[in-house]
Amino acid sequence: MSTKVVIKQSTYFDSVSLMSLSTKANQIEGVEQAVIAMGTDMNKEVLKNVGLLTPELEAAKTSDLMIVVKAATDELCESALIAIEELFKKKGGSKSATEIKYSTIDSAAASIPEANLAVISVNGAFAAREARKALENDLHVMLFSDNVSIEEEIALKQFAHEKGLLMMGPDCGTAIIGNVALCFGNAVRKGNIGIVGASGTGSQEVSVRIHDFGGGITQLIGTGGRDLSEQVGGIMMLDGIKALEEDEATKVIVLISKPPAPSVQEKVLAQVKSCKKPVVVYFIGGEETAVLEAGGHFAKTSKEAAIKAVVLAGANEDELNKRALNWPLIEEVRAKLSPEQKYIRGLFCGGTLCDEAMYLAMDKYEDVYSNIQKKADYKLKNIHESKAHTFLDMGDDDFTNGKPHPMIDPSTRIARFLEEAKDPSVGVILMDFILGFGSHEDPVGVMLPAIIEAKAQAAKEGRHLEILGYVLGTDLDTPNFDEQVKKLMDAGVTIASSSTNAGLLAREFVAKGE
Amino acid sequence: MSKINELFNGKIHAINVGIEFFKDDIIKQNANASHLDWKPPGGGKPELIKALDRLENAAVAEKIAAANKLAVERIINSQPMLVGFDQAINVVPGMTKTTILHAGPPITWDKMCGAMKGAVTGAIVFEGLAKDIEEAEQVAASGAITFSPCHEHNCVGSMAGVTSASMFMHVVKNKTYGNIAYTNLSEQMAKILRMGANDESVIARLNWMRDVLGPMLRDAMKIAGEIDLRLMLAQALHMGDECHNRNNAGTSLLIQALTPYILETDFTKEQKREVFEFVASSDYFSGPTWMAMCKCALDAAHGIENSTIVTTMARNGVEFGIRVSGMAGNTWFTGPAQKVIGPMFAGYKPEDSGLDIGDSAITETYGIGGFAMAAAPAIVALVGGTVEEAIGFSTTMKEITTAENPNVTIPLLDFSGVPTGIDIRQVIQTGILPIINTAIAHKDAGIGMIGAGITYPPMEAFEKALLAVTETISQ
Repeated sequence: MSTKVVIKQSTYFDSVSLMSLSTKANQIEGVEQAVIAMGTDMNKEVLKNVGLLTPELEAAKTSDLMIVVKAATDELCESALIAIEELFKKKGGSKSATEIKYSTIDSAAASIPEANLAVISVNGAFAAREARKALENDLHVMLFSDNVSIEEEIALKQFAHEKGLLMMGPDCGTAIIGNVALCFGNAVRKGNIGIVGASGTGSQEVSVRIHDFGGGITQLIGTGGRDLSEQVGGIMMLDGIKALEEDEATKVIVLISKPPAPSVQEKVLAQVKSCKKPVVVYFIGGEETAVLEAGGHFAKTSKEAAIKAVVLAGANEDELNKRALNWPLIEEVRAKLSPEQKYIRGLFCGGTLCDEAMYLAMDKYEDVYSNIQKKADYKLKNIHESKAHTFLDMGDDDFTNGKPHPMIDPSTRIARFLEEAKDPSVGVILMDFILGFGSHEDPVGVMLPAIIEAKAQAAKEGRHLEILGYVLGTDLDTPNFDEQVKKLMDAGVTIASSSTNAGLLAREFVAKGE
Repeated sequence: MSKINELFNGKIHAINVGIEFFKDDIIKQNANASHLDWKPPGGGKPELIKALDRLENAAVAEKIAAANKLAVERIINSQPMLVGFDQAINVVPGMTKTTILHAGPPITWDKMCGAMKGAVTGAIVFEGLAKDIEEAEQVAASGAITFSPCHEHNCVGSMAGVTSASMFMHVVKNKTYGNIAYTNLSEQMAKILRMGANDESVIARLNWMRDVLGPMLRDAMKIAGEIDLRLMLAQALHMGDECHNRNNAGTSLLIQALTPYILETDFTKEQKREVFEFVASSDYFSGPTWMAMCKCALDAAHGIENSTIVTTMARNGVEFGIRVSGMAGNTWFTGPAQKVIGPMFAGYKPEDSGLDIGDSAITETYGIGGFAMAAAPAIVALVGGTVEEAIGFSTTMKEITTAENPNVTIPLLDFSGVPTGIDIRQVIQTGILPIINTAIAHKDAGIGMIGAGITYPPMEAFEKALLAVTETISQ
């Protein structure tokens, strides 16, 4: 055992720093015992207690710094003393100035007077409370969280309505406010078309198509999927229409929703009727008459909604590239499919994209099954087993319970895709790939190996497997739209130019005997 | 223009709660976003969330806001003055020859931790109630001694807080509200009673404090009249103390103020020299003084109906207790005392340390100590090592406090006031606990101080308080 002593005369450190240094010194490898302390009587007493007090230390003055190290060998003592010297040297460059972190909406709102919006995505059990706090602080709210009760939704929306605030959501994935996409959204051009959407991917699709047709967006207000239910009564869609009507930059308004409750549709259309601006109404699977009676512009598909909006906003319809269906391609695919390859299997990340393709298929076929079918007979009893034409919204709670959304984690969809690809009755598998803010950084890339594998397997079995892909995104989006499309095409995937065309192509590919 | 249309035309500044990349995406689009450091309120416990909801009912919230405003005003406007020194038996309410006051919430002899037992037996010997420590243990267990929390006698006590009849006390009077607070004299830093040591040297020092130091300070203050402690505290913070663990500046200021009057007393030159040497032997001399100052201000804010402001945080080495203004009197809410994490004297290891102990958390309750770490960069070693971390502690405490005290400011934070008025609702809402910097006593009796560091109260105490307060207020 070896002990080394260093005494630095007239060297002052305060006791707390020295305690901290001592603690670190005792952690140096090989050190049996280390003491770094000023030469006070009390510290000498401590040294005596641990058997380290030498005459040299006894003689140290209050203003002297004592360093004592005990270790197994002289070498270990020496290296420890060097390490201790390092401890005294200042750890250079402290971190950059800390950004002030707030813990509550109240404190953040009080300290950031320019804050005007809260984006809330906490667990549903806590979400309504946070949304209420935001509204109390005069913040508009984008409530991404799901699992918020309908009673809470009504209370929040009524409160927001009284205060003249936006209350988007719950379960609202998409909004573009002041040209800033919130949560999931695409980079679309600024323009003169305002959107109020009760459907996330439906709103994304229409905004992207408007961009594609040369138009642009003022605001995209997401209301959350239940806004047009009987109970909620369309509070936010009605407020949204009013705000867009008052917005000088907005020339045309587009409304998007799954079919509303009849009483709510009546209220919404009454407001459409009194609205001074043209309103395009795209209620998926909805009927034309009521919309026309209200003086609205009816759209049967998302693409039609976008075309009508850009034309009403000033575009010359004759100059639009409407991306008509490619009939020679349809013939070509039909020729490749064997007679037993009769069915479409749609595997979707986007709920509204699924809905649109499904409704287009239902126009033509009876046996269209889905986990989100309204008709009870055609709602899948077992979502893990496809039947005839099957369209799956894999972002629905059935699939995401306890798992991330397929836009973020694609593993469930990959597994299901490989299953469907083995089925000899399948003619076409339709899949969406959603780009933009909030989405996976390479949605095509993660699916590609499975596509290549399935294609090869089908070829081995002497069967053509038609895979139809739709990439939802603009030329301004990340990841790059063209690169994503090219990767799919290189793997032999057919590309649809819109959600509408994806649905139409799929249903036509498998049409028999025409 | 409607609020929605203002939003359309303004620049987005979002507050993001939840998934962090939503904030990043907003910033990528050249808008502003601030991400909250959010935790589920009440740790996600439904009964606590329900309680918070009940307290947020507009009518209830208004009552609480008014009560808390009053409580915080009283803390801030209190002007505690040092007006004298005297023996506990002469001044402390309810003190008897066989009373021993202790730190923290109520505790019985059999449940006391090592340090407190050591201090109690030392005090019994010091008072002549037993001839030695062994006999003192029997006396303590016999029921002949009345044990009571300092806080229930207008007192505070450092560490074990053990206070007996003949010990000399600071007498601190609230010039604004008239209430009085008391605390013991500092034994300085060594093997000392308040840390649980009780050998002959400890008793000898206590005798000298009773016979020389105490009387000299008493006589000096008779001449001095009064000393404005709040003013002195503010100065000490500007000189780099946080007045719980670092008292270098405060001690200099205090002894500087006392010296002329000490010189005028009738004690001998040798005795005066002993006193000055004793004060110089450690920087802790003014430590208890600030505790009494804080106690004096906080007592003025205790017992305001509907207030959710914390007026006491104290620990007895076993339990941590808090008192809340709206729950008048001696209603304690407790949870287990925690470990103190920090550097230790050579030769000691974390397993040697006793649990958090002492009434000194009264300083944090007032807004100094751990709450004012940004004022004391010299002792950042306690909080992990960097000045930035020390600043972080002071700014974070604003999340759970109601006001900033304009009378006590921190230069490094642009002279903003110390975070003042801990609101139990905010503690439960944010999950942020008050930070306390404190000394570490050995777990066994008779040894004393072995380090210093950081600790927190148990959340349990605040949870219990919130539930009780909710029942009381929202009726």
